[in-house]
Amino acid sequence: MMGGGGGFGGGRGGGPGGAFGGADDADAVFGTGEKSGLVRRFAAFVAPYKTRFLWVIVSVVVATLTAISIPITIRDAVNSAVNAPGSRPLELVLMMFAGIVLANAAGSFLQQSLSARLAQQVIFDLRRAMFAHLQDVSLSFMDKTHVGRVMSRLQGDVNALQEFMENAVQAVGDLILLIGIVVVLIAMNWQLGLLTITVIPLLATVQAIWVRHARVIFLKARDASSATNAALAENINGIRTVQESRREDVNFDHYAARVQHNFDAQVAAVRISQVMIPTVELLTGFAMAIVIVVGGEKVLGRSIDIGVMVAYIFYVQRFFDPIRTLAMQYTMAQRAMTAGARIFEVLDAPVQLKDKPGAIPLGDDVAPSIVFDHVTFGYKEGQPVLKDINIDVKPGQTVALVGPTGSGKTSIASLTKRFYDVWQGSVKIGGRDVRDVTLDSLGKTIAMVLQEPFLFTGTVMENIRYASGASDADVIAAAKAVRAHEFIETLPQGYGTMMGQRGNNLSLGQRQLVSFARALVADPKILILDEATASIDSFTEQDIQRALKVLFRDRTSLVIAHRLATVRDADKIVVLQQGRIIEQGAHDELIALGGLYAHLYTSNYSSFDDVQPQDEAGATPPQFASTQT
Amino acid sequence: MSQTDLTDPLTVKIAPHILRRLAKLGFEHPWRMGLAAVSILAASFFGLMIPKLLGAGVDQASELLKAGASHAGEARMALLRTGALILGAGLMRGLLTASFGYNSETVSQQVGAKLRRAYFAKLQELSFEFHDRIHSGDLITRGMLDLEGARQFIDQGMLRVLMLTLMITASIVMLLTTDFYMGLLALSFVPYAAWRATTMGANFRRVWLVLQQRMSNLTRTMEENLQGIRVVRAFASHDYELQKFDEMATETLRAQRMRIKTFVTAMTMITLAYYTSLGLVLLIGSRHVQAGTMTVGRLTEFLAYMTVLVGPLRMTGMVMNSWARASSCGARLFEILDLEPRIKDKAGAHPLVISGGASLKFDHVTFGYVPGKPVLHDISFEVKPGQTLGVVGPPGSGKTTIANLIPRFYDVDRGAVSIAGQDVRDVTLESLRRIVGVVQQEAFLFDASVTSNVSYSDPLAEEERVIEAATTAHIHDYVTGLPMGYDSKLGERGVSLSGGQRQRMSIARGVVPGPGVMVFDDSTAAIDAATEQRLRRALQAATRDKATVIIAQRLGSLMHADEIIVLDKGCIVERGTHPQLVKTGGMYARLFELQSRSGAETDENARGDVA
Repeated sequence: MMGGGGGFGGGRGGGPGGAFGGADDADAVFGTGEKSGLVRRFAAFVAPYKTRFLWVIVSVVVATLTAISIPITIRDAVNSAVNAPGSRPLELVLMMFAGIVLANAAGSFLQQSLSARLAQQVIFDLRRAMFAHLQDVSLSFMDKTHVGRVMSRLQGDVNALQEFMENAVQAVGDLILLIGIVVVLIAMNWQLGLLTITVIPLLATVQAIWVRHARVIFLKARDASSATNAALAENINGIRTVQESRREDVNFDHYAARVQHNFDAQVAAVRISQVMIPTVELLTGFAMAIVIVVGGEKVLGRSIDIGVMVAYIFYVQRFFDPIRTLAMQYTMAQRAMTAGARIFEVLDAPVQLKDKPGAIPLGDDVAPSIVFDHVTFGYKEGQPVLKDINIDVKPGQTVALVGPTGSGKTSIASLTKRFYDVWQGSVKIGGRDVRDVTLDSLGKTIAMVLQEPFLFTGTVMENIRYASGASDADVIAAAKAVRAHEFIETLPQGYGTMMGQRGNNLSLGQRQLVSFARALVADPKILILDEATASIDSFTEQDIQRALKVLFRDRTSLVIAHRLATVRDADKIVVLQQGRIIEQGAHDELIALGGLYAHLYTSNYSSFDDVQPQDEAGATPPQFASTQT
Repeated sequence: MSQTDLTDPLTVKIAPHILRRLAKLGFEHPWRMGLAAVSILAASFFGLMIPKLLGAGVDQASELLKAGASHAGEARMALLRTGALILGAGLMRGLLTASFGYNSETVSQQVGAKLRRAYFAKLQELSFEFHDRIHSGDLITRGMLDLEGARQFIDQGMLRVLMLTLMITASIVMLLTTDFYMGLLALSFVPYAAWRATTMGANFRRVWLVLQQRMSNLTRTMEENLQGIRVVRAFASHDYELQKFDEMATETLRAQRMRIKTFVTAMTMITLAYYTSLGLVLLIGSRHVQAGTMTVGRLTEFLAYMTVLVGPLRMTGMVMNSWARASSCGARLFEILDLEPRIKDKAGAHPLVISGGASLKFDHVTFGYVPGKPVLHDISFEVKPGQTLGVVGPPGSGKTTIANLIPRFYDVDRGAVSIAGQDVRDVTLESLRRIVGVVQQEAFLFDASVTSNVSYSDPLAEEERVIEAATTAHIHDYVTGLPMGYDSKLGERGVSLSGGQRQRMSIARGVVPGPGVMVFDDSTAAIDAATEQRLRRALQAATRDKATVIIAQRLGSLMHADEIIVLDKGCIVERGTHPQLVKTGGMYARLFELQSRSGAETDENARGDVA
C-alpha cells in the first residue's frame, strides 16, 4: 500500500503533527495512555460502516484465496504439460487460471480501494469527533494545554492510525495468505511441507528478539524527529524576536545539533531495520534449498510430481512476504496503539459544562439582566478567586469592573458566560440560572471582546461577519460604527483584503477595532469587554468611547478596564480586590465614599494594573476594608 | 499584495529539474551513493540467479526422474550443489539489499539533514516582509512534511529506479535469450504497464499537490481554532467552526479518495496485464512441453523469471508515488529555499562603526509595504546620542513602520536611514542589529526559563547581567516571588503573565547596555502609568548613551523627549518639544488635553505621587 510504503515504519519519524509538540511525555494534562478498551472504543467508530467493512473482509478473502490458488493452477498446468497421471486437460486448467486471475484482480482492487476509503472515512470521523469535542471541552482544561501538543494529536496521531488502518486490512490478508500457504504446502506433501515450514518458528524467534530492540530505537527516532520539528516550529513562530535579538547564529547552532541528533537516531533506526533483511533472505534461501534437495529426492522416489515441486518453489517465494509485512504491521500496530490511546485521551478530556437535561433556551424575549448571587468560585480547589460576590445589573445598564491584577475581574466575565461553573451561589441572566439554560442560547445572548484581538485567515469582511451570517451592508455599518471603516477602505483590497496571522500589517489597535466590529455585528443582548481597549490609543479611544455608547445603548454591558478614564461613565463601578467586592456604585458615589477607588482616582493612578499588596517600594496603596455601598 | 506566488502552490511549475536538484544533493555523497548503487545492482544480480538455479534444480530432479536410479548419486550431488548455491545466493542478496537499504537511507537522511539546516537558515534570513505574508503553519508544514517527502526521493525514488531498470532489463534479456518468442510473449504486458505507470505518475503529481494544499488548509483551520479558542467561545460559534472544519476535512477526504483511486486502478490494471502474459506463457509453454520442444525446467525458469518481475511491478507504484510526491514536495520546499531575502548585506558592506556614539537619522524617508501605497511620506528627523525622540499618532499612522525601518527589517523606498552617519543599507545586518535594540509591542516569549528569555539576545550573559536587566525592567521582584524564581518557565504553557508583565519581560530582554540605538514600540502600553514612570527612570539611566526612540499612545511615556513628532497618515504633522506642541494647540495639544482630563496620566502628577 502506498504512503506507508517502505521500510520498517518506525524510523520515518514525523507525521505532520509530531512537529508541533515536543517530547510527548510532557503532556501531563491528558492522563497517561490508558490502553484498555481501546479496540472496543475504536470498533465503535467502524461500526457505522458495518456493510462496507463486511465487503472489505469479503474482498480480502477473495483476493487472498485466489492468490493462493494461482500457483496451484500453475502446478496443474505443468503437470498436464508433462502428462502427469491424473492431470486435468490443459485448456481447462488455463481457463481456471484466467478465472482465478480475474477474480483476484477484482478482489484486490476492491480490497485496496474499499479498505483505503474506509480507513479515510473512519479517520475523518475520528478527527471530527476530536475537533468537535475540543469545542466543548471546558476552558479550564484548554488553558492548561499547548496548542501544538493538541495539534500533534489531531494530526500526528491520527495519521499514524490512518497508516496503520490502511495496512491493517492487508495484514488480515497476509495472515490468511500465510495460513493458506502452510495448508497447501502440507496438503500437497505433508513431509516436505512440515520440513519447509520449520523456518517459521525460527524466523518468529529472531523476529521477537529483534522487535524488542527495534522498538526502543524506533521510538527514539520518532522522538528525535518530533523534537527537531518542534524546534523549527518555535523558531518560525518567534522569528521576529529571533531577528531582533540577533539570535540567528546561536539558534542555528542549536538547531544543527538537533538535526545531527535526529540524523543519528534515524540512521540507527535504518540500521536496525536492515538487519532483518539478510536474516529473512537467508531463511528464504534455506527453505528453497530444502525444496530443491528434499523435493528432488522425493521426485526421485516418485512420492511427489514435478509439478508439486514447481508449485512449492512458487509458494516458498511468496511465503516470506506475509511474514515480513506482518512484522512491519507489528511495529505499526504498536505505534497505532499509542496513537489511539492519545486520541481517546482527547475524546475523554472532561466536558464539565454540559446542558443539563431539560435545559431551556434563553429566549429572545428575555430581559438581559445579570445577577451574581453570593457567588464563590475558583480554578483550583481550596483557592477561591471570587468570594461571596453579589452584583445586580439591570437590563441596559453598563457596569465596569475594576481592580488590581488577579482580583477576579476576568473570572466574573467568564462566569457570566458560563465558561466555568460556580462553587457556591448562582449566576442569573434574565432571572434564570445560567446552569438551567442551554449553553448555545447563552452563548448567542452574550458576546465578548477580548484583550488580544485574534483574527482568522480570511478577508476583513469574513472576519467581521464571523459566525453571525450578517449581510455585507451590516458588516460595513458595524465597521463604520467602531471607526474601522476608514482604515479598512485604505487596505489594498478594502474589505476583501486577506487577513493573515498577524493581520497583514494592521496595527494592534486596528485589529482591536476589527474585533469590536465583529462583536457589534453579532448583535448580542449582553456585551462583555475584557480589557478590550487596552491597545487602543487615546485618539481612537475617544471615537471608540462614542461608538461604545451607541453599542451599549440597547444592551447590558460588562466592561473590564484597567484605565480609570474608561470606566468613569459607567452606570455602576464594581471595585474588586482579592476576589471580594470592596466597593460598588456610580463614579460620583465612589468618589464621595472616599475608598480605594477614590484614593486611586485622586492620587492619579491611571490604572489598577499593578496595585498589589506585594507591590514594589512606595507605591502600595493602603488596604481598604470592605465598604460596600 | 505580492503574495499570490506563494499562497497557491498549484501555480508552482512542477518541472523535472526539481528531481534533478534532489538527485544532485544525493550525489554530494558519491561514495555512499556508489556503494548503494553497486549493492542494489549486485543484489538484483543474485536475485536473478535464483530463478536460474531453481530452474536447474527442477531440471535436475526431472533428469533424475527420467534416468531412474542409475545416476542417482550424481544427481543428488547436483541437487545438493544447487541447494547450496540457492542458499548462498539468498544470503548474498539479503546482505547486499541490507547494504543498499542502509547506504541509500543514510544518504537520504544526510540530504534531509542538509535540507533542514538550509531551510532553517533560510527562514532566519528572510525578512519581515516575507514572514508577514506567509502563515507560520504553512512554513511548518513545508519544513516537515514536504521536506520528508523530498528526502525520501533519494532512497525510494532514485536508487530503486536503478534496481527497477536492472531487474526489468535483465529479465527482458534473460527471457528473450532463453527463448525469443516465448520471451516476447512473457513481456507483452510491459509496454502497457509502462504507459499505465507513466500516466499514473502524472496524475499522482496533480493529486499530491492538491492533497498537500488541502492538508495544509485543514491544519491551519484546526490550529487557528485552537489558538483562537476564546474567540470561538466568546461568540458561541461552535457550529460555524464545525462547518468550516467539515468543508476543509471533506475536501481533504476527496483528495485522499482521488489518490486511492489513481493508485489502485493503475496497479490493478498493471497486475491484470501481467497475469494475462503469465497465462499466455503457461498456455504456449505447456503446449511446447507437451510437444517436447521445451523442457519442464525451462518452463519453470520462465515462470520464475516472471515472478521476479512481480517485485519491480509492485515497486513501480511506489516509485511513481515517490517521484510525484518528491516533485510536488520539492517544489514547495525549493520555492522557499530559492527566495532571495529582500534584505541582505550588500557587496562590500562594512560593520557599523559608532566610535563617537550612535546618532540616528531619517532623511526624507518614504516607504510602503505595498508598491504604490506608501505608509510613510518624506519623514526626516535626527536623534543624537543620549537624546530621545517621541513618536505619537493614531493607529495606522506609521509609528511601528518607523520602528521597523531602523534595524532595517524593511528597506526604504526613497530617502535614507542612517546611524552614526552610515546608511543602514551599507553596513552588515549583523552589526546593525547588534547596535539597534527594539522592544516590540507584542512580546513573544519562548517556552523556556525566565533566564533564557531575558538573556535571549546574549545567551552567554552572566547571571548578574540577567538580574540587572530584570531589575531595570522592574520585573525582578515579581520573578523572585515565583516558586521557581528565574528558572520558572514562560511561554504558552508557562507562568501566566499579565500584559504589563509580559511587556516588562520583553523590555528586560531588549535593553542592551552600551551605546547604540534603542527603540520602544509602544512597549509600555499595558503597564500602568505609575509603574511606567519608575521604569522610565531606570531605563533613562540604562539608555544614557543611546539614541532612543519611544513610540507611545500615552503622552506620559514620551513627554520628556527632546523632540516629539506627531504622525498622521504617514506624514509628520507636528513636531517640537512637549511645551511647544502644547502651545501650538494642534493635534498633540488636543490629545494632551484629552488625556490629562482624567487627571491621571500626566508625567508631573504621577511623579509627584511616587516621590
